[in-house]
Amino acid sequence: MQHGEVHITSYRAHGVILVLLLFLTAITITITWVDAGSFSVGVAMLVACVKATLVLFYFMHLKFDALVFKVFAGMVFFLLAVVFVVTFFDYLFR
Amino acid sequence: MTSNNSALHPGSYLDQQGKYKGILGWLTSTDHKRIGILYLMCILVFFLVGVTLGGVMKLELLRPGEQYIDAQTYNGFFTVHGIIMIFMVVIPGLAAVFGNFFLPIMIGAKDVAFPRLNLFSWYIYIVGAAIAVLSQFGGKGAPDTGWTFYAPYSIDSNTNVTTAVLAAFVLGFSSILTGLNFIVTIHRMRAKGMTWFKMPLFPWSLYATAWIQVLATPIVGITLLMVIAERTFRIGFFDPSLGGDPILYQHLFWIYSHPAVYIMILPAMGVITEIIPTFCQRKVFGYQAIVLSSLAIAGVGYLVWGHHMFTSGMSDFSRMAFSFLTFIVAIPSAIKVFNWIATMYKGSIKINTTFLYSISFIFQFMIGGLTGLTLGALATNVHVHDTYYVVAHFHYIVFGGMGFAFFAAIHYWFPKMFGRMYNEKLGKIGWAIVFSGFTLLYFPMFILGLQGMPRRYFDYLPEYSGGHFISSIGAFVLITGIIIMVYNLFRSAKKGELAPANPWDGRTLEWTIPSPPPLENFDNEVVVTEHPYDYK
Ligand code: HEM
Ligand SMILES: [Cu+2]
Repeated sequence: MQHGEVHITSYRAHGVILVLLLFLTAITITITWVDAGSFSVGVAMLVACVKATLVLFYFMHLKFDALVFKVFAGMVFFLLAVVFVVTFFDYLFR
Repeated sequence: MTSNNSALHPGSYLDQQGKYKGILGWLTSTDHKRIGILYLMCILVFFLVGVTLGGVMKLELLRPGEQYIDAQTYNGFFTVHGIIMIFMVVIPGLAAVFGNFFLPIMIGAKDVAFPRLNLFSWYIYIVGAAIAVLSQFGGKGAPDTGWTFYAPYSIDSNTNVTTAVLAAFVLGFSSILTGLNFIVTIHRMRAKGMTWFKMPLFPWSLYATAWIQVLATPIVGITLLMVIAERTFRIGFFDPSLGGDPILYQHLFWIYSHPAVYIMILPAMGVITEIIPTFCQRKVFGYQAIVLSSLAIAGVGYLVWGHHMFTSGMSDFSRMAFSFLTFIVAIPSAIKVFNWIATMYKGSIKINTTFLYSISFIFQFMIGGLTGLTLGALATNVHVHDTYYVVAHFHYIVFGGMGFAFFAAIHYWFPKMFGRMYNEKLGKIGWAIVFSGFTLLYFPMFILGLQGMPRRYFDYLPEYSGGHFISSIGAFVLITGIIIMVYNLFRSAKKGELAPANPWDGRTLEWTIPSPPPLENFDNEVVVTEHPYDYK
């Protein structure tokens, strides 16, 4: 709004993202069938991160925002990741 | 208070504004200063309720055996006392009261970025507080889990735990919205010429705090919802008999609640950093070190939560990591103490009530901080965990630290907020009683804890009776002091001498406008050219 430009993402682009998201969801479901121990949690998390990033960048237009917003959003997710990793140190070493 | 002050100078924020008169005018005003006062009044009321509960507990603990309240009532009392003091008093505390009132003024703005959202946050706070009060009555009685709601007991207890948890959940939203508002205000509303490193240090501390509020509070929100879900649907997140992990609850709870102690203490440090230069008439020592240490505390503070869980059965590796990180976070806190002391060095110090509360803050914060290291070390933690040592430690930090900073702040900014001076003599008498009462009340708890007195018990063995007796006397002294202080403030708001614009010779922007401030703070647009602490 500040810079007065309107970004219109094409239907095509939205469609591609949608397909990608569905594909990633399929991976999440598949991984529950493979018994890979604590590894499967890691993969599920990774997939979830990729999905969240896609939604943020395309559906929530972060891609077109100023750098400062990208940096802040990135920091938030970095923090969340660190908190997850630190918590899992307890479970992996218990 | 309103009507008496309207004679002070026309157009002050205390005069009628908008279309409603009296109380309704306050409840519908989006003026950041009025919202600050609304928080102040509510927090004061809840604080006095919490103090009363604490006083009754100390009365029960005066002598061994059951005197006035039984075990279950005592359990309810410490739980409610904890919930009120933590979620309704110290977490909103300085940020909601003095942050709302002074943040816009100190950065040269007319209001916060989202004034209506600001009022809305207050209403959420009130709804949350009302639910908390409700949880005390009816149903199966007051919650008895302690303010930490540890699973699996919080899943099994048939007292009103769900209501209490819901209250904490709602109160969290108020906190998030206030934090969000402050972040945007600081980014977008600073006056012309106020670069980041010309911003006063209280706004800086609020900035660090606001990020914690926004990023950590949702975690406790989800956790509390999980407790409610588990209680209602027996899902099995936390309860081992359902296949859950109780330690997971402790992780989730402390991921928020340790940063929450920084939500409390960072603004307190910010207030002290404003007060010390003013009363020493010296430029603050190490401005950038203070800014960076605030940010470091906010950052590293996220990663130390496990020090509450050393005896819970967490992995050894995690224990060592959390212990190490806890020691690291002590460094930026100590940097601040050195900065305050160095600012005082060779200053022309004016000792009045405000300053006395400030230096008692430093003294008590140091005792609280250093005993925190005892608790952060793995070996000693095992000995003192869940004893009165912990009770003494956190009262020294939250009450001796954050509480005393609140008292310092209310005296420091009183002339600005109400346009009148407080009575200095009565103020000093009040301080002396509060300080001695505090020491008598809490210092013996360190010794009781080292001797092995467990926390959260309504009774004790005869060998602990000496310490408990002194401590209870201290509680009564402290409460007397608090009454004197509150009386002095209320009386002075009505009858005190009129305050000049800048009674303490301060340098930050709030001292450049009349006391009390006009509706939109500044008549003209503010342009900042100097550093905030340039004393000649
Ligand atoms: C006159 C003032 C106060 C008195 C007499 C008082 C007294 C007490 C007592 C007797 C306990 C219970 C100890 C136990 O049996 O384990 C307690 C617990 C507690 N107090 Fe205070 N206190 C006061 C002020 C405060 C303040 C200002 C705070 C602010 C943050 C606070 C926070 C807490 C918390 C969080 C607990 C732990 C509750 C729990 O175990 O779940 N208290 N206090
Ligand atoms: Cu902690």
